[in-house]
Amino acid sequence: MRNRFAQKLTQMSEHNDKIMLLSGDIGNRLFDNFKAQRPDRFFNCGVAEQNMTGMAAGLAKQGFLPVTYTIAPFCTTRCLEQIRVDVPFHNLPVTIVSVGAGLSYAGLGPTHHSFEDTALLRVIPNMRVLSPADSDELSACLEMAFATPKPTYIRMGKKGEPDVHGRTLNAYEISTPIKLTDGEDVCLIGSGTLLPEVVKAAELLSEKGVSSSVYSLPQIKPLPAIELLNIFSEYPVVAVFEEHSLAGGLSSACAELLVDHQIAGTKLLRFGIPDTFYKKSGSQSFARDYLGLTASHFVQKIINTLSGHKNENTRSHSSADKKAT
Amino acid sequence: MFTNPNIFQSGSLEKIAAQLRINIIEMSYKARSAHLGSCLSCVDILTVLYFKILEIDPANPGMQKRDIFILSKGHAAMALYSVLAARGYFDPEMLKSYNQNGGTLAEHPPASGLAGVEAATGSLGHGLPMSTGQALAIKLNSGTQRVFCLLSDGETNEGSVWEAALFASAHKLDNLICFIDHNKWQATGRSDEVLNVTAHAEKWLAFGWNVQCIDGHDHQQIISAAHNASAKPKMIIADTVKGRGVSFMEDDNNWHYRVPNAEELHQAKQELCK
Repeated sequence: MRNRFAQKLTQMSEHNDKIMLLSGDIGNRLFDNFKAQRPDRFFNCGVAEQNMTGMAAGLAKQGFLPVTYTIAPFCTTRCLEQIRVDVPFHNLPVTIVSVGAGLSYAGLGPTHHSFEDTALLRVIPNMRVLSPADSDELSACLEMAFATPKPTYIRMGKKGEPDVHGRTLNAYEISTPIKLTDGEDVCLIGSGTLLPEVVKAAELLSEKGVSSSVYSLPQIKPLPAIELLNIFSEYPVVAVFEEHSLAGGLSSACAELLVDHQIAGTKLLRFGIPDTFYKKSGSQSFARDYLGLTASHFVQKIINTLSGHKNENTRSHSSADKKAT
Repeated sequence: MFTNPNIFQSGSLEKIAAQLRINIIEMSYKARSAHLGSCLSCVDILTVLYFKILEIDPANPGMQKRDIFILSKGHAAMALYSVLAARGYFDPEMLKSYNQNGGTLAEHPPASGLAGVEAATGSLGHGLPMSTGQALAIKLNSGTQRVFCLLSDGETNEGSVWEAALFASAHKLDNLICFIDHNKWQATGRSDEVLNVTAHAEKWLAFGWNVQCIDGHDHQQIISAAHNASAKPKMIIADTVKGRGVSFMEDDNNWHYRVPNAEELHQAKQELCK
């Protein structure tokens, strides 16, 4: 994903000399083409993320479209106040792009994990929060960021994420849930790089005779409320997946939506990272498995929920029948 | 209350500064608003900048080729509002709405809605990075405008100030001109005792800046320092007195938070009208 980020930004900056790239001293060689093309639009701001963010606001004030880029916790939680005060409070078109959101850098330890970024950024007024699942979604996120400039956060994975779409997406498509498969029993909504596990879960469910719809939802804020409400009314069980804390992320936003609209009868299942620091060494796939963020874990919980839901429905029908008689 | 347009149009810098101080004290008294001492220490810097240095057009506040001034010590908002009104950015009558319910003139400068305010500040350590970004942008656009930024000495506690200092000197942003209002106090103590906020000149020199030390109440010294040419970003360390202009407020840090009563208001005005 980060390679696509560098390619896409280089390509877009060819036609837009307002785009600037500020790096927090990462991306060695990654931006060589960008730098060759626009040597005066790239600045290594050093390991100084507060200044990088404040400077981005200053550059935006003068008409530029700056992108700040570094590892997820460093360009979000490290400089959260600079983001809040300098960027969305002034409503300036700064795009914050993080690399390594969620467990992408699992092995580097909790300093490099980022489970809180969506929660913290989505509560700031004027912020747009995007969580692309693959390189095609990322390209569309960047298109959106510069087509409708405003404070934007894009949480990227790292590199080598499998392509889910395999086609070009446009900015409109990523502003709504993107349907990948069509089913009836359950709806699975994935956001970010966990999406391939969600697709895999749908396949495993299908083998067990459960038909599921799968959606990708890259735009977490503003939340596509109308489309989501339609989904909630259509399926008895909706499951939301993200490599982010269960507190405050997309699934929390969906729960808020359900409560605010007093939608009854839909069961919302939430899959994410529990309220804990993850302290084990090892790979991202090991960490996902340890934390219950793999297809097999998903399937187990969904099957349990569906059978519970079926039993509940049977009970409520029979009690309704009794009352009727 | 507040206004004496004749002074602002044709008065000496001394008279303008005195009238601004009166306006500020009236605002603090009426709105029961703190930070009086911090406002009074930087009035002379603001007076000189807005009446002698900044290339601005209050009738056209969004003019593209204007100099930028960012009050990084946003708690001196009363001083900023007073000087903006004096220069004609908005009707001085608006000063009466300071800190009143539903108004625009909050106790720290707003992000939008008030002509002349270039940045919302109040949380310390934000103004210099934003100024640095603006100075860089102007250079990239081959502009000749300058960016001025006023910090408090206590504000240099913030690490973000030093991050910006390193960037600005690395990129030779000679269009960035900063002042430290060195009144030697911060909210709850002497600034050299709370943290090691001493040896400003040596620190900024070591960070690669052009450094000048001046009397921050001497208008000629402020003018000369602002005009001084250098290929580096410029830091003007302005030696000031907190509460300057009112005998019983000068160098008394209680006036960081205190607001005057009617008698103190009267006495302050009498002293400033002399």
